[in-house]
Amino acid sequence: MDFILGFTLLLLFQLLGEIIVIFFELPVSGPVMGIVLLLIALLIKGSVGKSLNNASTTLIGHLSIMFVPVSVGLMAHYELLMNEWLAITVTLLGSTIIMLVSTALLMSITSRFFAKETKHDV
Amino acid sequence: MTFDEKLSAVWILIQESPLTGISITLLAYVLAMYLYKKSDYKPILSPFITSMIVVVSVLLITGISYENYFAGGKFIHFLLGPATVALAIPLYHQLHRIKQLFFPIMITLVASVFIGSLSAIGIADLFGASLETQISLAPKSVTTPVAMGISEQIGGIVSLSAGLAATTGVLGGVIGLKIFSLIGVTDDRYRGFAMGLTSHGLGTAVAFQESNTMGAFSGLGMALASFTTAFMLPWLLSLLAII
Repeated sequence: MDFILGFTLLLLFQLLGEIIVIFFELPVSGPVMGIVLLLIALLIKGSVGKSLNNASTTLIGHLSIMFVPVSVGLMAHYELLMNEWLAITVTLLGSTIIMLVSTALLMSITSRFFAKETKHDV
Repeated sequence: MTFDEKLSAVWILIQESPLTGISITLLAYVLAMYLYKKSDYKPILSPFITSMIVVVSVLLITGISYENYFAGGKFIHFLLGPATVALAIPLYHQLHRIKQLFFPIMITLVASVFIGSLSAIGIADLFGASLETQISLAPKSVTTPVAMGISEQIGGIVSLSAGLAATTGVLGGVIGLKIFSLIGVTDDRYRGFAMGLTSHGLGTAVAFQESNTMGAFSGLGMALASFTTAFMLPWLLSLLAII
């Protein structure tokens, strides 16, 4: 029962998100807007209920199966993949390494910088 | 009805019923999860990759078309919406950590959207990928459901973006920890955040195996990257006159 209630809440927040996206012509998808709305609701309420915790843990835990149906559609792009496999492979590998390195370094440098700043203030 | 007629009636049912698409997907996933657990959670055996290979093989062998498969697959696909909304809950649990490291997180976050999407488009362009492929590659570092939404918005190929985002997740999960030790970043908060920004869900799964702190920061990075990319990427691409 907990799962059904939490699942219903998630669907309602998604629906609300979709409505707001249409209404304000926002550049994001309905579910992403749903995250914002649910986060605001949780901040107002001050806690996550048992039902929402239950539903979110289950859904997030099995997120990977939900990618499968659309990704199988890669089949339909067989020709594109065959033609551009080199560019795609180099891009995925190169860009992933660049991001891992730059974000990890940036995070440790900025953290150190702002930590020093706070010490000076004190 | 003769036996042969019965057989062909059954075959038509199998090809056209939504039951087939749902069953193939769920069976592939159960098998993939079993292998993943058996392998002690090796990122290369991520359930997504295994399930996809199994489903594609079944469709190729049986000759069931993608359209017929998706008649059932769309019910599982539908769950992506509520599952994405559910990301608000881990994000809520991490809010106090965002406050602690607010400025470093914000700076790194915005920079990572620039670095991630521009490096992808740049490298793809350099190696002669078509414009459509370049656009489909741009949201590769956000969690797959969000990448699909963004791709739709900016005119990419939705299923291509989904597959590329998922592959990026696997890739970062496999090489992430090695890269961090190579460049000497040892703090689990920074390693986790970088992992989540780059490799979303699968990176986060790997991060949680390292430590709870790394997992929490990876989840935080994943959730924040989804928002920031969704808001920034369409603007960034129109600024560059790509779309």
